[in-house]
Amino acid sequence: MTKLRRPSLSISTIVAVAFVTGLVTSLLFLLVDSPEGNGERGVRIGRDVLALASGVSLSFSNAAGLLGIVALCIFAAQTAQEYTYGTLRNLLLRQPSRMKILLGKLVSMKLFAIAMVTLSALLAVSLSYLFAGVKDISTQAWGTSDARAELLRTFINVLIATIGYGIFGMILGLLFRSPISAISIGVIWNLIIEGLLSAFVTNIDRYFPGQLLSIVALGGNERISYQYALFTSFTFLVIGLAIVSVLFKKRDVAN
Amino acid sequence: MSSPLALDVADLSKKYGDRMALSHANFEVPMGSICGFVGPNGSGKTTTIRMLLGLITPTTGSGHVLGESITQPEKYLPLVGAMIEGPAFYPALTGAQNLVVLAKLGGFDTEAIQGLLDLVDLGDRGNSKYKTYSLGMKQRLGIAAALLPKPKLLVLDEPTNGLDPAGIQEIRNLLRKLADNGTTVFVSSHLLSEIEMISDHLVMLRLGKVIFSGKTSELLAKQQPVIVAKPEHRSDLDKLVMIATQAGHSAKIIDETVHVTGAADYSAKLNKSAFDAGIILETLTPVRASLEDTFFEMTGE
Repeated sequence: MTKLRRPSLSISTIVAVAFVTGLVTSLLFLLVDSPEGNGERGVRIGRDVLALASGVSLSFSNAAGLLGIVALCIFAAQTAQEYTYGTLRNLLLRQPSRMKILLGKLVSMKLFAIAMVTLSALLAVSLSYLFAGVKDISTQAWGTSDARAELLRTFINVLIATIGYGIFGMILGLLFRSPISAISIGVIWNLIIEGLLSAFVTNIDRYFPGQLLSIVALGGNERISYQYALFTSFTFLVIGLAIVSVLFKKRDVAN
Repeated sequence: MSSPLALDVADLSKKYGDRMALSHANFEVPMGSICGFVGPNGSGKTTTIRMLLGLITPTTGSGHVLGESITQPEKYLPLVGAMIEGPAFYPALTGAQNLVVLAKLGGFDTEAIQGLLDLVDLGDRGNSKYKTYSLGMKQRLGIAAALLPKPKLLVLDEPTNGLDPAGIQEIRNLLRKLADNGTTVFVSSHLLSEIEMISDHLVMLRLGKVIFSGKTSELLAKQQPVIVAKPEHRSDLDKLVMIATQAGHSAKIIDETVHVTGAADYSAKLNKSAFDAGIILETLTPVRASLEDTFFEMTGE
């Protein structure tokens, strides 16, 4: 955690989380009257939907995909940098159990993800109130117990999705042992390959971990259930993590 | 009874593809000694150290560190301090923070960190970021990290890289002090004069093979001493070589001197023979072979 707490990483993460959350929230509310739509892939989310109890957590759940990319980049970099800096050999000298090192990294990165998601939630809710006022959207239902329950549910789902993306980043970091390779492959895969194919091939997103994690954050959608998205995405991640764990345990540390 | 061993290696090999990085190495390092580990670049020193520390798996052979098999590094690493292939720390953390990370990971006392920083002369720079350190400071932080566990065995790979002469002397004194207090020091270096000054044992590698393992004094004693004679007149060089050769010694001209292989007591005879032949010697110096001479002779470099 000492490494993750350093100011340069904390500040850049806060900026990235604030930017992503601010962007998604502002687009959702400020473009509410736009004929081009204000949601993902041109979907229109009207004032009546935003005024519902779930409206307060909508921008937060919509930000999950991009928040996940931030987590993927951070986790991939932090894992792969141990190789490029040569610090892995120091860690292994002080803790020869490679599985304990991996587990420790996983736990500290989960704590970091909790901080990221909490910050995003606070920002999303604050900005939602701000922009709702600007666009004259009713917030009466947002203070109800239903809204709070929905917000908690969304928080848990976004957290699960963010941790999932983070694990994906760790897998890439361990596999490629280079921050640049791991991040570029992760981002290209999630944003370009998965994004493009899902836009053009019907139902292919059922088999893509990144798309499924976004659906987990939304609590499922009309085509893919929450349970399916959660189970399938984490099955991919567990298999990936198992493979890289074996590699990490067996591979010579020669740099 | 033989003394207990800090390190022993039997038939240890490491193969990368078709290349043998280390081939059937055998050596022992007694507890409490300072052992120099020398060899040209690419001779397998770092590969050996990595195997001893559990970072890479041997292709064949076995080894023991502090009596424990190298297949179970968790049994001995808490008692081993090491710096391999130069220091490696997180650039954005301070020197002290880097040591805290390692101390916490190894379960060592973080209170000792300031003392270690003082010991390596980084006491006033512990709160500076590692990325602002000079090469010498990075090296000293690496040594401080290696001392975190209060090690019984200290393994250092080129610890004097980047240090100025005063820094080198400090490290030499530190290693001697640690050895006096019972720490075994296994140190690789390309500064052979340094190794010669501090090591009582030596392991020499060439092309992945151990070409010498034993006491430094034994190795140096095996080498024939050399007498360097400089005649007053350059034209007498060949005549001087002939005198030494006829007396059964090998001799060769290097620059304006004649190097005669032979014990120091031949000096007086050589002087007399030269005088009888009408050669005045300007200087006559018996020279003990240095580790560097021995190293170059043995490695053929």
